[in-house]
Amino acid sequence: MPVMRVGLFVTCLVDLVRPRIGFAALELLEAAGCEVAVPQAQTCCGQPGWNSGERASARALAEKVIAEFEGFDYVVAPSGSCAGMIRTHYRELFAGEGAWLARAEALAARTFELTDFLVNVARLTRVPGRFAGTLTYHDSCAGLRELGVKAQPRALLAKVPGAALTEMTDSEVCCGFGGTFSIKFGEISAAMAQAKCERIRASGADAVVLGDLGCMLNIEGRLRRSGDAATRVLHVAEVLTAKP
Amino acid sequence: MQLASIHFKQRASGALANERLQGNLKRFGSGFADKRAAARAAYGADAFDELREASAAIRDRALADLDAWLLRFEQEATRRGARVIWAEDAAEACAQVLAICARHGLKKAIKSKSMLSEEAALNDALAAAGVQPVETDLGEYILQLAGEAPSHIIAPAIHKDLGEVSELFVKHHGRPRSDDIGAMTREAREMLREHFLSADLGISGGNFLVAETGSVAIVTNEGNGRMVTTLPRVHIAITGIEKVVPTLEDLSALNRILPRSATGQEISNYFSILTGPKRAGDADGPEQLYVILVDNGRTRLVGSALQEMLRCIRCGACMNHCPVYQTVGGHSYGWVYPGPMGSVLTPAFQGLENALDLPQASTLCGACHVACPVKIPLPDLLRTLREMQMERGLRPWAERAAFCAWAFAARRPWLYALATRIGARVLRWMGGRRGMIRRLPLAGRGWTLGREFPAPEGRTFRELYRASGRQKA
Repeated sequence: MPVMRVGLFVTCLVDLVRPRIGFAALELLEAAGCEVAVPQAQTCCGQPGWNSGERASARALAEKVIAEFEGFDYVVAPSGSCAGMIRTHYRELFAGEGAWLARAEALAARTFELTDFLVNVARLTRVPGRFAGTLTYHDSCAGLRELGVKAQPRALLAKVPGAALTEMTDSEVCCGFGGTFSIKFGEISAAMAQAKCERIRASGADAVVLGDLGCMLNIEGRLRRSGDAATRVLHVAEVLTAKP
Repeated sequence: MQLASIHFKQRASGALANERLQGNLKRFGSGFADKRAAARAAYGADAFDELREASAAIRDRALADLDAWLLRFEQEATRRGARVIWAEDAAEACAQVLAICARHGLKKAIKSKSMLSEEAALNDALAAAGVQPVETDLGEYILQLAGEAPSHIIAPAIHKDLGEVSELFVKHHGRPRSDDIGAMTREAREMLREHFLSADLGISGGNFLVAETGSVAIVTNEGNGRMVTTLPRVHIAITGIEKVVPTLEDLSALNRILPRSATGQEISNYFSILTGPKRAGDADGPEQLYVILVDNGRTRLVGSALQEMLRCIRCGACMNHCPVYQTVGGHSYGWVYPGPMGSVLTPAFQGLENALDLPQASTLCGACHVACPVKIPLPDLLRTLREMQMERGLRPWAERAAFCAWAFAARRPWLYALATRIGARVLRWMGGRRGMIRRLPLAGRGWTLGREFPAPEGRTFRELYRASGRQKA
């Protein structure tokens, strides 16, 4: 089998806030035998504009992403919502436009959320990380409902030596992030995050694991504000590559 | 009902501060959603999803030729002795009901649940004209005593707890207080019985209109619908024009999906297909049957980017699965229809400028779309409304400016790299030793009111990657 050439879409939040997750994704893709490149001019997938009704700016950024990534066999992002943007919404941005639509659809078909790619495309069998403690997994909305990411992260976490997975109740209920919703309706968003944090604590897990930076900042921010300094909030890529 | 959707944020804030309401919302929690999930599993998940697909197709077929199916309905209903009246808006609907009251000298109306009558504020119009309206659905009855509007389209008093209802009953029934649900229900039945027997008008909604037979179909659980539509000498069914379906076969498919999606029931306790008034020799039924078909903004959606919303069969699954609705309750939405379906319908019926927050008040988590029995892409419709708001300049100036600035930078990698490099460092510094930012300025305040903002690591991925020497190109 020829080597898979993967373009890593780092995502704007990983780039700005948690670069270590980008490196963890890189490590996992290489562990799966991929040849990984990181286009340096990449910025944002356009999702904030798309979700806020700013179609023109979303479209301009979508063109940029398509041009930067269409040369790879696959595009992988450590985020369900960014991968979901490219996979399910780019075609809506270019609806009715022959050439751009074809390019958008071609890219959509080769774009994956990280754990989905590792399990279903690269078929990663062994993960480099280890973790001592219990984990609970929060299903991020876009990954779950736009891309069907549910079993994949759990299958990978099950391979991590020392890690025990325990399910919280309502793991599929939104944490309240919702992009600009978290700022426009801060009070409601924080109340939703609080409900999620209570379920996480009730699960008794040492760490909540998830696949999207938005949920991560939201949940971690609420845990810390409510005085919980102990429950860790980790991206799935961090756990899969964690060093003992 | 008075439109107050423009105040969503203040109303939601009040709802969050109301401990009793919060307790009631938590108790309601995922009850209906769990029941729906169990009903779906019992039906077979794949078969259920096929039924959703088929139901959406049925609704689309009806909407594609809405005018033709409505005329067919009118023709068939008229042929069977009903009188069909068209009302363009809420005011006309009320005027038509009052005209019927005047024509037949009607003084007391018993009502079964009708969201359209809420849209038209029909009770106020009846009372003002000297016709006493009595709600007979238990939830609606409770709210009529309380002087409140429904907070959920199928469980109108879901925001109230047992204690609140007990207090209302003591106040209005003048009987000793009871906290036993069975006893309280019996008490309400006794109170309502007298109204059932003395009313000369029954007003119901209509879950579906069947074009091929001219029938009105009603789905209820308490039996009050039967009384309302058969006991008084005049029955008025008042409903939105989008409720029409072509055939009884279509009705049967939709009646499999509706109760399962709403309450998780295989079938509701009562399911009535009302075709024409009482005929010679019939044991019961109204002497006169009127069907008022109300537009009130619906035809504006036909052929628009929001047409899929007209598929809605009013099951409430979207609000039962909506984490925002579960957090702030139905009254926050400020009009008849709450939750995701209300966030589309309210701006669509009442004007985009009168419900500015509603299309924004969603995390677009998609739970509503997955639960919808007729597969209405609610998140997409909310996004479409957001686009309309942008196009019509209805978003704040600062928000638009921020998006322009962000898009400008994101298309210029050198500028973006510089801005994020500075941003990461400033935010890192703001996070201090804990790495948590307690207070962000400007729009970021919305975040830090109830949460810390976890500070960045300090250098961007881009910088670190370049420094690692791995860059090939």
